[in-house]
Amino acid sequence: MPIDIDIAHVARLARLDLPADRLETLRSQLAAILEHAAAVQSLDTEGVEPSNHPLGFVNAFREDVVIGSLDRDEVLSMAPEARDGYFAAPPAMGQE
Amino acid sequence: MGLADLTITDAAAGLRSGAHSSLDLTEAVLDRASMTEAEIHAYLTIDRDAALGAARAADAELAAGEDRGTLHGIPIALKDNMCQRGVETTAASQILAGYRPPYDATVVTSLRDAGAVLVGKANLDEFAMGSSTENSAYGPTRNPWDPGRVPGGSSGGSAAAVAAGSALGALGSDTGGSIRQPGSLCGVVGMKPTYGTVSRYGLIAFASSLDQIGPITRTVDDSVALLEGITGHDPRDATSWAGDYPDLRSEIDKGVAGKRIGVVTEFAGEGYEPAVTESLSRTLDQLSDAGAEIVEVSLPTVELALSAYYLIAPAECSANLARFDGMRYGLRVDGETTEEMMARTRAEGFGPEVIRRILLGTYALSAGYYDAFYGQAHKARTVLRNEFAAAYEKVDVLMSPTSPTVAFPFDAKSDPLAMYLSDVCTIPSNLAGDPAISVPVGLDPQGLPIGVQVMAPAMAEPMMFGVAKTIERLAGFDARPTMLEELA
Repeated sequence: MPIDIDIAHVARLARLDLPADRLETLRSQLAAILEHAAAVQSLDTEGVEPSNHPLGFVNAFREDVVIGSLDRDEVLSMAPEARDGYFAAPPAMGQE
Repeated sequence: MGLADLTITDAAAGLRSGAHSSLDLTEAVLDRASMTEAEIHAYLTIDRDAALGAARAADAELAAGEDRGTLHGIPIALKDNMCQRGVETTAASQILAGYRPPYDATVVTSLRDAGAVLVGKANLDEFAMGSSTENSAYGPTRNPWDPGRVPGGSSGGSAAAVAAGSALGALGSDTGGSIRQPGSLCGVVGMKPTYGTVSRYGLIAFASSLDQIGPITRTVDDSVALLEGITGHDPRDATSWAGDYPDLRSEIDKGVAGKRIGVVTEFAGEGYEPAVTESLSRTLDQLSDAGAEIVEVSLPTVELALSAYYLIAPAECSANLARFDGMRYGLRVDGETTEEMMARTRAEGFGPEVIRRILLGTYALSAGYYDAFYGQAHKARTVLRNEFAAAYEKVDVLMSPTSPTVAFPFDAKSDPLAMYLSDVCTIPSNLAGDPAISVPVGLDPQGLPIGVQVMAPAMAEPMMFGVAKTIERLAGFDARPTMLEELA
C-alpha cells in the first residue's frame, strides 16, 4: 500500500526547518518504513484494548508534600539566553 | 590479563583481601583506556581526576571498615544519556553539546551510594536511536573484537568499554535491544530488567514506555551485582515498580534441571547467520543434557513486533524530544520568532536518524493517522503480551538468538529498515515489559562473538539469572579480543 505523506506539514508540526531536497529524501524513507509498519494493520484487534503501559499500571500517586527543587540561578546559567530570572526567547509573533 | 580484565566479583574480593586497591583498579582501567581509546572510542568523556578521587575515597572507607558492598571501589562507565551532575552529558547529540546537568540521575545517585567509581560517559547512537553507534554525533565506537566492525548499539560505547577493559562494568539503556544487542556483538553480558524496576529519573528519554536502564558486564554474577546496585522503587519516576522486589541471587545456583525452556520458532530462517543459529542449537543441547526440557514455542505476533515498535518508539520519541527547543539548555540557532528559532535549532542540532524518527512519530500521531498506526500498534502490543503470558503458562523461560548476525562492518546497513531488523529478536521483550539477558556463548568462524538471549516473565529475574548462569558455565566462553592480547 503506497503511503501518502505531506512531509512539509509533518516537518512543520515537528518544528524542523529542513530544505526541500532533504524533505524529499525523508519522505521516501518514511514511506518505506511506514509500508513495513503498516503490517500491524493486518492483525485482528477487534475488542483488544491498547497497552499504554507495558505492565498495565494506571496511576502512581505520591504524598502531597513539598520537596526541594533545582537552584534557579544554576538552571538559568545553562540557558542560551536568560534575563531577570526568566528564560529569554525571540518574539512569539512575527512583525507583519 | 591485568586488573582491568577482572570481573567485578573478583575485583571486589581482591579489594577485601588486600590484593589490590580501588586506586589500582581505577588506574588500570584508565591506563587501558589510554591504550585503546584512540582506536575504540568507547567514551565521550573520561573524568580522570574525579575517578581517581573517588577511588582514593573508596580505599579510605574500606580501610576504615565502612564497606558499602560489591560495587564499592569498582570502576563503572555510564552511557552518556544518563545525567551526572556537572559532567557533560550529550546523549551523543550536537543539540546537547556542552550540557552539564544540574542533577544526578537516580542510577548515578545509587552508584555513588554503593561506592562505585564513575570513570566516564560512554558513547551511544544519538539519543539511543540506532543499533551500531554509527549515529553518534561525535563519531562511532569501534568493536574491540574487530575495529572494522560496529560494536552494536545503541549502548555500543558501554559494551565496548567492558569488552576492552576500560571499565569493569557499565550501565546501558535498552529501548528495543540497545543493551543486549551490543552485549552480543561485543562478547559481554547485557541485561534488560523488568520495565519499571530501575528508575528512569535522569535518563534522557527516548521512548518512555520502553526505555529501561540495565547492566553490561563480563559475567552473569557481575550482572546481578550491578543490577542490585541500581534497582528499586523511586518516587521520582512515576512508572517505577512500587511492589516487592525479588532477591536477585535466590536462584542463581539452582541450575536448569526440570526447567522448561521454550525456543521461539519465529526467530530463525532467512536473515539469521548459520553460526548464530548453530550457537543457539548447541546451547539448547547443553541445557537439555543438564536436565532442562526444550520445547518449541510459536509466538506469531513477534513477526509484527518490529512494525509495532517502529510506530510506538518514534511516536514517543517525537513527544519526548519536543523538549529540545533552544529555550532552556543546549544549542540555540537564532531566528526572528520563537518558532523559527526552534525549527532552526532542531534541524541543526539533531542528526539524520533522530530527525527521521521524529518525523515518523509525528506522522503516526497526527490527525487522521493515529488510529490506523499508533492506536493499532498499541493493540498489537496487547496481543503480543497475551501471547507471551500464554507461553509462560507452559515454559519457564524463552530463548532465541540475541541478534540475527554477528558484528557487521561500518556502513553495511545504510538502509534504515535493514538496520532496524538488527533488533528483531530483542524488541518483543521491550513491548512486553519483560526482562531479558544476552549471554556470550562462542565465536563465529571469523572470531566474532555470538550471544544467546534468555527472556523471562516480568519480575522473574532470579530464575532468568539462574538459567543464564548455567548457559555461561556450560559455554565456558573465555575468549578475549585479539587487540587485548597484543597489548600484553
